[in-house]
Amino acid sequence: MTMHDDPVYQSLVDIVGHDYASNRPEELFIYSVDSGTEGPRKVDYVVLPKTVEQVQKVVMLANRYRVPITPMGANLTLNGLGIPVNGGIVLDMKRMDRILELNRQRKYVVVEAGVTQGKLGSYLEKDCPELEHSRPEAPPMATVVGNIVIRGHGYLSLRYDNNAHHINGMEVVLPTGEICNIGAGCVSPWPFCKGPLPDLTGLFCGWNGTTGVITKLSLKLFPKRRILDVVGYAVRDVELVPEVLCQIAQTDMVDNLFVVGFASASHESQKHVTASITGDLDEEIEYKKAVLKKIAAGYEEARVRFDYPVWAPLKSRFVEKPPYVTPALAADFEKGGGFRYCGAILPVDKIPEAWRKGMEIAHRLGINFSAGIQILGYCHSTMFGFVYPFNRAEEQEVERVRKAMRETNEAVLQMGGIPWKAEVAAQRQIIEKMEPNTHDLMKKIWKALDPNGIMNPGNWCK
Amino acid sequence: MAEVDYKSLVHRCFRCGFCKLTYDYSPVGFNCPIYHRFRLETYSPGGLNWLIRAALVTKGIEWTEHLSEILYSCTMCGNCAEACRFEFGKDLVNMFRQAREDVVETQLGLPKLVNQFLENVYLYGNAFREARETRGDWAAGLPVKQFKKGDEYLYYVGCVGSYDSRSRKAARALGSLLLKAGVSFGILGQEEECDGNEVRLLGEQGLFERQRDRNIERFRELGVRKVVTLSPHSYNALKNDYPGDFEVLHYTQLLRDLIRAGRLPVSQRAVGKVTYHDPCFLGRHNGEYDAPREILRSIPGLELVEMERARNTAFCCGGGGANFYTGISAKGKDQASNARIWDAANAGAGVLAVACPVCLMMLEDAVKSEGLDDKMMVKDISEILDSGT
Repeated sequence: MTMHDDPVYQSLVDIVGHDYASNRPEELFIYSVDSGTEGPRKVDYVVLPKTVEQVQKVVMLANRYRVPITPMGANLTLNGLGIPVNGGIVLDMKRMDRILELNRQRKYVVVEAGVTQGKLGSYLEKDCPELEHSRPEAPPMATVVGNIVIRGHGYLSLRYDNNAHHINGMEVVLPTGEICNIGAGCVSPWPFCKGPLPDLTGLFCGWNGTTGVITKLSLKLFPKRRILDVVGYAVRDVELVPEVLCQIAQTDMVDNLFVVGFASASHESQKHVTASITGDLDEEIEYKKAVLKKIAAGYEEARVRFDYPVWAPLKSRFVEKPPYVTPALAADFEKGGGFRYCGAILPVDKIPEAWRKGMEIAHRLGINFSAGIQILGYCHSTMFGFVYPFNRAEEQEVERVRKAMRETNEAVLQMGGIPWKAEVAAQRQIIEKMEPNTHDLMKKIWKALDPNGIMNPGNWCK
Repeated sequence: MAEVDYKSLVHRCFRCGFCKLTYDYSPVGFNCPIYHRFRLETYSPGGLNWLIRAALVTKGIEWTEHLSEILYSCTMCGNCAEACRFEFGKDLVNMFRQAREDVVETQLGLPKLVNQFLENVYLYGNAFREARETRGDWAAGLPVKQFKKGDEYLYYVGCVGSYDSRSRKAARALGSLLLKAGVSFGILGQEEECDGNEVRLLGEQGLFERQRDRNIERFRELGVRKVVTLSPHSYNALKNDYPGDFEVLHYTQLLRDLIRAGRLPVSQRAVGKVTYHDPCFLGRHNGEYDAPREILRSIPGLELVEMERARNTAFCCGGGGANFYTGISAKGKDQASNARIWDAANAGAGVLAVACPVCLMMLEDAVKSEGLDDKMMVKDISEILDSGT
């Protein structure tokens, strides 16, 4: 059978048109890998739908031929979540790129699944400057829905927790092909909140595309203040970081709380806590600065030093325009085009232990290490990013980073944390620790939703 | 253009995708013309880098006809170099060109129309397989003279302005303006050779050098000291890739100076709202954004409005890198030129001004294919100016 005789390929062409379906080796290669160290893994077809009806037809086709489907946004998880585990169709959602509705009074926006962070951010800045969404530390090509699917977080996560909490509703194509509206929009004409209904949005967040395809999303927007500034704390002793963070969060004056840690070659380390503050009046900013400065006053300056202004390169990460640039630059620390990170969801008090473990792993494997820690929901939890850069041209270095990831995932689980947007191997590590009844429940949900097992099998040991 | 070693850089591409967008992430659309057109990750600067690495560096995938089409779909517009946040990003266009050079040198296989383009230049001195004798026909009826020693400017027209029926009108309008301003100039007519800009971008360095050397030899024989080009593509090659023993101006720079000096009076007329499309090889590649705008603003009765994507974030017409001839990315409803026309329409303009014969050709076709020909005209700045002087 040639690639043109392939009935699945021909059917995909019939659905989306010749230009937007491929089974050619070049597309299969590009979609078989991502920017991290996962892959290559087998891909059989790539298809780019434009409408929900096309998504529906692709799903029904996949059921007919029992071909797996992997939905993909920008494929920027770095952990291979946009690459099929068992081959099949990659459903690249980025042609569904319309911003469908903005409601300034009700403070929500409805986007199609392929709308990027960059597009939504610049659209709001231009047409609705008083509101913003919680933008993640990802390149601007990252999709809004992709971030939600992985329960990603953003720069408003201190106040409003991870971005999956900002969902009002969604349209999904179920694994059996039905189009389903979730949230208030299934009863009301408007997707203005989740409504007093069973929260079905959770069936599609964190499931790595194993339960269906999100095609539209209604997302909460939040007030954006006129002034954005950053204050900082240089914390010498990592043991003090949790209590400093909790004191800052307790003031309820901070919008974003982040810790950046660098380890130098001699393993002397620096930990910088940065707190973003916003306001409409200069006096408001000054007052917040004064309150936050007092926290440092409770410590010897050698141990906790209040920094204002914050070191410019550090500050730019949080205030730069256009945004999204600084975190991506980690990819070229080694002049080698790559980095991986284990984003561990951990209790705040586990930061010191995690820091020491990251240093120990990196030192032992001879790789560089830095940490980016996003505080979620007033210190309810943290995303501790163990960041390992690598040179893509050096296979040994790539392998060392893979090893570091495996060890880090194991260490995180031992600390009582959970790796975020876990790669397939890490998913297995998580499931080994998961209570069996919980994983059985997941299996029952798959069985009910996806009788043919076509939605991204191989993830979560599906 | 500076030389780079693409093999030592290409693995540094992270495929983060900044290169697909404008520098400021305009919500209007993707600013990489091939990603805009095809939407497959293969057709993007990151995709190109990874395919180039896999095919030419690590040899992990085979060279195929489709891979060749992907590599040659790139218009070399330079948006990726502008938008990439990494240090090596400024070299992206050079990296793609160098990879193409390797493909040519190792005879891996070029798309049929790329081969044909290069063969035409080799055999006929122009891309269109046109007779050398007709190269100066655009000037028929105008008292434009052959360049002779002592003339101040050589008016270098280039292949598209010489042979494309629509672009010839722009070539003629510029000739007329130079005459009206009393500029001392001449043309080479049938002695003019393809400047080789696209040839070089297609990776045929040997043929480029032949074209360059022929032109240089003739320029030196004639004592050329200043060249004014109709096309930004010619301007780019002559300014950056030829030995610098003569001054090179794009025509908008010369006309701006002539207007400033009062040598080209500009009269009142009812042009209405005009928007200006920055050609990639004048703007992003050579940093000239102001001269064309200064000319347009000097015209009484003309209101210059800007498109959302302008200056260094301008969206390519889709014709660069010889795509105006090969049509690899310049085909279908979603081609870049069609989207660019809507940028202009959404800016409220009735006239889309260009300063490049390639853009003129591409965007004029797009106006027709989008059914906007009763609402919008595409005109070269030389034509706008010539109609009112």
